[in-house]
Amino acid sequence: MTTLDVSLEQAKAQYLADLGKLPSNGAPNWLNQIHATGAARFRQTPLPNSRMEEWRQTNIGPIVNTPYRSLVAPTAHGLGRKDIERSFYGAGAWTELVFVDGYYAPDLSLTPELPTGVFAGALADGIEGTGLSVVETHLNRYLAERNAFTSLNSAFIQDGALVRIGRNAVVEHPIHVLFVTSKRPPDAAAHIRNLIVLETGSQARVLTSYVSLTDDSNYLNNVVEEVVLGPNSQLHYYKLVEEGAAGNHLGTTEIVQDRDSRLHSFVMSMTGKIVRNQVCVKLDGDGASAQLVGLYLNDGERLIDNPLSITHVKPNCYSRIMYKGILDGNSHAVYAGKVYVHQEAQKTDSNQLTQNLMLSDNATIHAKPQLEIYADDVKCTHGATIGSPPAPIVFYFQSRGIDEAKARAMLTYGFAEEVVSEIDISELSERLGEYVYQKYSP
Amino acid sequence: MLEITNLRASVEGNEILHGIDLTINEGEVHAIMGPNGSGKSTLAQVLAGHEAYEVDEESRVTFLGEDLLDMPAEERARLGLFLAFQYPVEIPGISNAYFLQAAMNEIRVGRGLEELDAMDFKKLLNEKMDLINVPRTFADRAVNHGFSGGEKKRNEILQLAVLEPRLAILDETDSGLDIDALKIVADGVNKLRSPHRGFIIVTHYQRLLNYIVPDYVHVLYQGKLVKSGRKELALELEEKGYDWLRQEQEALAATG
Repeated sequence: MTTLDVSLEQAKAQYLADLGKLPSNGAPNWLNQIHATGAARFRQTPLPNSRMEEWRQTNIGPIVNTPYRSLVAPTAHGLGRKDIERSFYGAGAWTELVFVDGYYAPDLSLTPELPTGVFAGALADGIEGTGLSVVETHLNRYLAERNAFTSLNSAFIQDGALVRIGRNAVVEHPIHVLFVTSKRPPDAAAHIRNLIVLETGSQARVLTSYVSLTDDSNYLNNVVEEVVLGPNSQLHYYKLVEEGAAGNHLGTTEIVQDRDSRLHSFVMSMTGKIVRNQVCVKLDGDGASAQLVGLYLNDGERLIDNPLSITHVKPNCYSRIMYKGILDGNSHAVYAGKVYVHQEAQKTDSNQLTQNLMLSDNATIHAKPQLEIYADDVKCTHGATIGSPPAPIVFYFQSRGIDEAKARAMLTYGFAEEVVSEIDISELSERLGEYVYQKYSP
Repeated sequence: MLEITNLRASVEGNEILHGIDLTINEGEVHAIMGPNGSGKSTLAQVLAGHEAYEVDEESRVTFLGEDLLDMPAEERARLGLFLAFQYPVEIPGISNAYFLQAAMNEIRVGRGLEELDAMDFKKLLNEKMDLINVPRTFADRAVNHGFSGGEKKRNEILQLAVLEPRLAILDETDSGLDIDALKIVADGVNKLRSPHRGFIIVTHYQRLLNYIVPDYVHVLYQGKLVKSGRKELALELEEKGYDWLRQEQEALAATG
């Protein structure tokens, strides 16, 4: 065995040991089964390492070599709304579900009345039978075997967000789910599981965001979410990752869309040591559309990975990917987008673009847009750009009285603003625009 | 306000401007004409401060009494120099209003004035858009992004109107415009003429000068100003073409 293998085995043993500490009483059978299957798969699957194709450019060694202690029960957090108020966007009108270290904190949450048929709360409550069969019906039905950490997540399912939008329900205000990392014990891992279900004809906007109250603690948020869009439903999905400077985030979002459903996804990676935001979409009904928009801001010694996949299973679907990166310092980022078009998926219309702005000579980006097409009547494009602001554009600013440093800052802001302005929640797009502006101001 | 003395400029070791002398006083409109490759755009870019050009040490350019050649481009702009680009760049993600407010405030601060806040700036921008007849939708569109050729040139004139320079250089602003677009652009420029503002109109075609009537016309040929005169010179050039000029220069060279 190599040293790598030894530490991988140690980390794995720690996860398995903690699995044994999960409270066993009271869970329904179907959940016990999901736990057992997850655990069995986790045992069989090697932890990600650089010998695996998918992880070749994404070295998560610092994660797999840390024997994280998995959190298995909520602890008293001692927080008030004031401690986290800068992370809210809704000014009182939105549903705001707060989770601390992976567990629902009703005392920190805001739950205004929602339309009939709409539920937004804790997955744990959904599991314990609030008359909602939605969890049993959907949980773990869509997750493909992505990697050891997603299996581990299934083995640990306890809590996370549950959002269910009933048939034809339209939710006016966004539903915000805020995951707070408190000063949890060092080297702790939270396994967070979210389930978002939109039934036929329903419409909602859901924001999940991850923030940390500590920049010193090495922690792991291992997040899996399943998102189900029923026929003709529409979801605006937002994810913001603002983990602590020493915190890590491994996220997999598995989305399945039925016919004529519409998805607008916006994922933004702001802070965190290692951040991976995997998004997988399956267009499984005629006429469905998915737009994946992303922005990743990388700097220092950080690592950001954006593995995306869109699978066109049925005909007449539309997909679009627009992911932008701003890369500074010695950071390393990966964009790996794959669009599969099945043989049956005729008249597929798909375009994929990643654009990367280099602010430093020492930053790296590995951009890999891919297409795999088995149908013969489709329109598919893909592309990638990597570069710094062209000199003629900088000169144009200078000729208007704006010096080079300010020109570069404005151009960086403009580069981000092109995608930030696609956000259809004005409170959010303004705040994020301001965040980018401040970050790159000279 | 602008005095150019023996201006020589080269790019990558090739001298393009071979010693230009030109004086422009407040309120004057000077047209600089010449065939392709004569150095017209180089002159415009060198005056605006483009770093790709190397200027001979003996050359002198003063603008409002200050040594222009020592200044970076942004300081020239703050002092009151403006270049309307032949090929304005597209800047996705940055609105005209945001861009112009930033530029205007840099220039105002450079002149010791207070910055304009968003409200006051918007008011001013609206006035200027109305003055030169561009639709108010220009304000929120990204700078030149997705603009037609004519819209880009009109946008340059809008910037000129907002930034109120002391000297404006228009680099082939008429090229590629149909007659209607040309009239709109010329109309905008005419509204911005003032006893305190000078213009250098760089153009290949005489047509623009039917609409913006210059005080002086200069002919730039192979990096030198070979002829200067009143507006009638432009008509003469239009009639005889640049070939006439070429023959005359060759004849001069032969006898000299």
